[in-house]
Amino acid sequence: MTERKPMFTEEQVQRYSRHIILPNVGGAGQRKLLDASVLVIGAGGLGSPVAMYLAAAGIGKLGIVDFDRVDVTNLQRQILHTTPDVGRSKVESAVEHLRAINPTIDIVGHDTLLFSTNVFDVMEPYDVVIDGTDNFPVRYLVNDATQFMGKPLVYGSIYQFEGQATVFLPGKEAPCYRCLFPAPPPPGTVPSCAEGGVFGVLPGVIGAIQATEAIKLITGEGETLVGRLLLYDALHMDFQEVKIRWDADCPVCGKEPTITELIDYEAFCGVPARPE
Amino acid sequence: MSVTVKLPTILRKHAAGEARVGADGDTLRDVLGDLEARYPGITKNVLAEDGGLHRFINVYVNDEDVRYLGSLETEVKEGDTVSILPAVAGG
Repeated sequence: MTERKPMFTEEQVQRYSRHIILPNVGGAGQRKLLDASVLVIGAGGLGSPVAMYLAAAGIGKLGIVDFDRVDVTNLQRQILHTTPDVGRSKVESAVEHLRAINPTIDIVGHDTLLFSTNVFDVMEPYDVVIDGTDNFPVRYLVNDATQFMGKPLVYGSIYQFEGQATVFLPGKEAPCYRCLFPAPPPPGTVPSCAEGGVFGVLPGVIGAIQATEAIKLITGEGETLVGRLLLYDALHMDFQEVKIRWDADCPVCGKEPTITELIDYEAFCGVPARPE
Repeated sequence: MSVTVKLPTILRKHAAGEARVGADGDTLRDVLGDLEARYPGITKNVLAEDGGLHRFINVYVNDEDVRYLGSLETEVKEGDTVSILPAVAGG
């Protein structure tokens, strides 16, 4: 008689019971989550809710990247960090709090800035990448790297009261971030980073949408935001959807790509553009 | 034709903080021209110096990117919604 390995431990059956009994997730979906690996880039406003929900959901291996330290001004929205964490490395704080949420999964901290020189190595072990960064250079770097590596990218970004979210799937004439915006805006033309403040709950809404999309990509259930850009205006409680079409002239995923190597764009907002 | 224009946060300062404003025109070019006449300066960061659309700001008529319609010559119908969407990077 051959012994079959049970799908879940008793602890897992209890921990994930509300998923296991849920249609469209079930035992099979929960098993996929436990076997999946997700990299969350940024442990800030977006990265906090994304990582917390994914840890709670039982993503088997959850990576989190950041280079910064927790500042008291972060606490208004970056709910992964708490007051006693001020001054600590964000990755260290994030890993500790995520382990408290779910000590049964593998949580990996990557305490680093991302550049063309290290982004492939950092992303390599993960199935799905989540963009929760706060600047254009890393957003383009992450888009291009996921396209080159064939990894799905769950995109979210915010400004003041407004947020955007979508999913980019490499291949099959599906759009990427450069189909939407081919190149970063020249510095000073659009606001970025901390300019003008941010409504604290906003990244919670957009981050929760990103976590939702990541889980759907992994379980294969439902319909993701591929080809659709979701726009959210918190001030007017307005959700809108616009189409994102694959651009045959896209410099990265078009028919004749002109960008075939990673680019380190010039610094925005004091973040160095190249390794120092 | 009268359309509704949805303004992103960065352009609302030109329109007394309004998120949605009305504008008239038969094409997107006319609509943006009317918008500029009503709120001087509002299209400065939407239109490039050569008169075309900037590539880091997208414009949609209803849910379609105007680059896949007729760019500035895209015709608009009564009641259409024109959305102006800049790239944002915050996180």
